[in-house]
Amino acid sequence: MLEFSQQIVNGLSLGAIYALIALGYTMVYGIIKLINFAHGDVMMVGAYVGFFSITMLGTNIVVAMLAAMLLCALLGVLIEKVAYRPLRNSTRIAALITAIGVSLFLEYITVVVLGPAQRVFPQSAFPIKAYNLAGLTILNKQIFVFVSAVLLMLILQYIIKRTKTGKAMRAVSLDMEAAVLMGISVDKTISVTFAIGSALAAAAGVMIGVYYQTINPLMGIIPGLKAFVAAVLGGIGLIPGAMVGGFVMGLLETMVSGYGSSLYRDAVAFGVLIIILLIRPTGLFGKNTGEKV
Amino acid sequence: MIIKRNKMLALLLAMMLMMSIVAGCGGQAEEEQPAADTATIPVGINVELSGAVASYGSNARDGAVLAIEEINAAGGVLGQQLEALERDCKSTADEALSVSAALAGENIVAQIGPLTSGNVAGSTPIMMENKIPLIAPAATAANVTVDEKTGETREYIFRVCFIDPFQGTLMAQFAADNLQAKTAAIYADTSSDYGKGLAEYFKETFTEKGGTIVAEEGFVSGDRDFNATLTKIRGTNPDFIYVPGYYQEVAPLIKQARELGITAPMGGGDGWDSPDMVSVAGGDALNSTYFTNHYSSQDTDPKVVAFVEAFKSKYNKEPDAFAALGYDCVQLLVQAIKDANSAEPVKITEALASITDFEGVTGKMTIDEQHNPVKAGVIIEFKDGVQTVNTRIQP
Repeated sequence: MLEFSQQIVNGLSLGAIYALIALGYTMVYGIIKLINFAHGDVMMVGAYVGFFSITMLGTNIVVAMLAAMLLCALLGVLIEKVAYRPLRNSTRIAALITAIGVSLFLEYITVVVLGPAQRVFPQSAFPIKAYNLAGLTILNKQIFVFVSAVLLMLILQYIIKRTKTGKAMRAVSLDMEAAVLMGISVDKTISVTFAIGSALAAAAGVMIGVYYQTINPLMGIIPGLKAFVAAVLGGIGLIPGAMVGGFVMGLLETMVSGYGSSLYRDAVAFGVLIIILLIRPTGLFGKNTGEKV
Repeated sequence: MIIKRNKMLALLLAMMLMMSIVAGCGGQAEEEQPAADTATIPVGINVELSGAVASYGSNARDGAVLAIEEINAAGGVLGQQLEALERDCKSTADEALSVSAALAGENIVAQIGPLTSGNVAGSTPIMMENKIPLIAPAATAANVTVDEKTGETREYIFRVCFIDPFQGTLMAQFAADNLQAKTAAIYADTSSDYGKGLAEYFKETFTEKGGTIVAEEGFVSGDRDFNATLTKIRGTNPDFIYVPGYYQEVAPLIKQARELGITAPMGGGDGWDSPDMVSVAGGDALNSTYFTNHYSSQDTDPKVVAFVEAFKSKYNKEPDAFAALGYDCVQLLVQAIKDANSAEPVKITEALASITDFEGVTGKMTIDEQHNPVKAGVIIEFKDGVQTVNTRIQP
C-alpha cells in the first residue's frame, strides 16, 4: 500500500508535466486544427530562458518561470505569424510539415548557438527538501510541479470560460467564418491562443529543469511526443481531455514500471493508447458535439 | 582538300602531344605519392566530439593528440612524424562509418576510436574492408573484437581497455567480497550493448559467489524519470544496486534514488566517469557509490604521474580515463610500428596482435588471441564528490 501510494505520487508529478504540455497542443489544435509539432521545442526554449534567468541574472525560480513564459509567449506568436499564418488556407498537410520544420529549426538553432551538451539546471535555485509522511516520501519539487501545473490549468480554464478573449477563442474554434461575421478578430484570437499555449509549455520547461536537473537542446522531443499522445488520448481539442490524458499517461507509465516491468514501459503505455483509440476514436472525452477550444 | 588533310594531321599531332604530356604528368604524380607518404604517418582519430557522449570523445582525442605531439617531439617513429587527422563521428554509428570511409581515403595507417562499442561497430566494416587496424580506446562490449556468430576474432580491430565481462565480474567481486553484499538489484541501461553486457556478467559472478539478484530492471537512453522503478527496487531492499549505464542517465538516477531514501551502495562501469556526475547528482547523493575504471589520475605510478603532469600543462585540466586510454592507443600503435619496422597497415596489424607486456599509462598489457588486453582494473569511489581509488583488482 505504501509502495502504491508512492507510485501514485511519482505518477502524478510526471503526469502534471505531460498535462501542461498537452494543453498547448490541444488548444492550438482546437482552434486551427494544426498539430503544432514545434510545441515541445518551445518548452525547451522555455527551459533555457529559465536557466539563463537564474544563472546570469540571479533571479529566483518564480521570476525565472514568468520570464520564460513571457518570452515563449512572444516566440509562439512569432512562430504563428511567420510560419503558420501564411499557410492558413493551404492544405493541412502543408501546415503539418511546416510544424515539423519549425521544430527541427528550433532544436538545431539551439544546438548551434548554445552547443549540444547538456546543462545542469542550478540546484541552488530550488533546494530539494524531502517530507516523510508515514513512510511516504514527497519532495518539495514534486509539490511545486503539481501545484503550479494545477494552478496554471485553473487559470487557463478561467480565461476560456469567463473572459471575453476566451469567448472569442471558443467562437473561432466552433466556426471561424461565423466568428468573423460576428466581428471577432480571428488573427488576434489565434495569436492569443499561441501565446497562452507557448507560455504553458515554457512553464513546463522550467519545471522539467527543476525536476530533472538537466536540460539539452533535444529535451523537447520525447516529452513533446508523449504530451501529444496524452492530448489525443483525452480527445484532442478538449481542455479537460488534455489534463486527464496527461495524468493518465504519467500514471500509466509509472504503474507499468512499478508493477510490470520497466522494460515494457513505453510498449504498454502506447499499447493502451491504441486500445483506447480503437474503442473511442475521439479519445476519452471526445464527443461529436463537444465544445471545442 | 590538301589543306584540310594537313589540318587534320596537325590536330592529330597536337592531340598526341597533349596525351603524352598528360601521361607524363600521371607518371610523375604516381612517383610523388609514396614520397608524400614517407614525410608523415597519417593516423585517423575518429571520435565523438559532439552529441550524447561528446565528453568521452574529446578527452580521448586530447590524450591521443598529446601522445602524438610527444612522439613527434622525440623524433617520431622510424624517422617519420605522425600526423593526426581528427574527425567527429557525432556520437552515431552511421557517422562513425562514413568518417572511417573518408579517413581510409586519406591513407591512414591506423584509426583511433570511436569510444562507445556501438560506434566502433559502425566503423568496423570499413576498417575490415580496407585492412586498416582500428584501436578502440574504451569500447568494452565483448563483440567488438570477436564476431559472435562465427566466434572468430576480427582481424583488424583492437582495444586497450578491458572488456565488459571483466567490468561486471569485477564489480560483482567487489560487492560480494569488499561490501559483503548478499542481495543485489540490477537497474541497467537496456538500450545499449554496454549496459546489457555489464549486467549479464555481474549477475553471473554475483550468483556464483552465493549472492541473490532480487530485481532486474532497465531504463533506456534519454530517460529522465526513474522514480517508479526505484520505488519498486526500494521495496526489495537490496544490499547493493548495480547501475551499468552512461552518466547522462545515471546521474539523475542516483539523485532520485537518494531522494527516495535509498541508502544502499550503488555501482557501475566506466560510463559513470564524467564531471557531470557530480554537478548533476551532487556530492552527497554520490557517497557510497563505486565504479570500475581503467585508470585513476590519483595513481602514484611514475608513468601516470608524468602523463598527468604533461596533460595538465597542455590542456589545463585533469585527464580522465578516456584521455589516458586515448594516449595509450597512440603509444600502443607506435610500439607496433616499431615492432613491425614498417608503417604499413597490414604489418602494423600483425605486430599489434603479438604485443606483450606493453607498459601503458593504464597499466601493463598483453594483447590476447581475441585482441583484448589482459590488465588490472581500479575501483573508484566517490567521496563527497571527489573520485578516490578504493582498491585495485587483478584479473
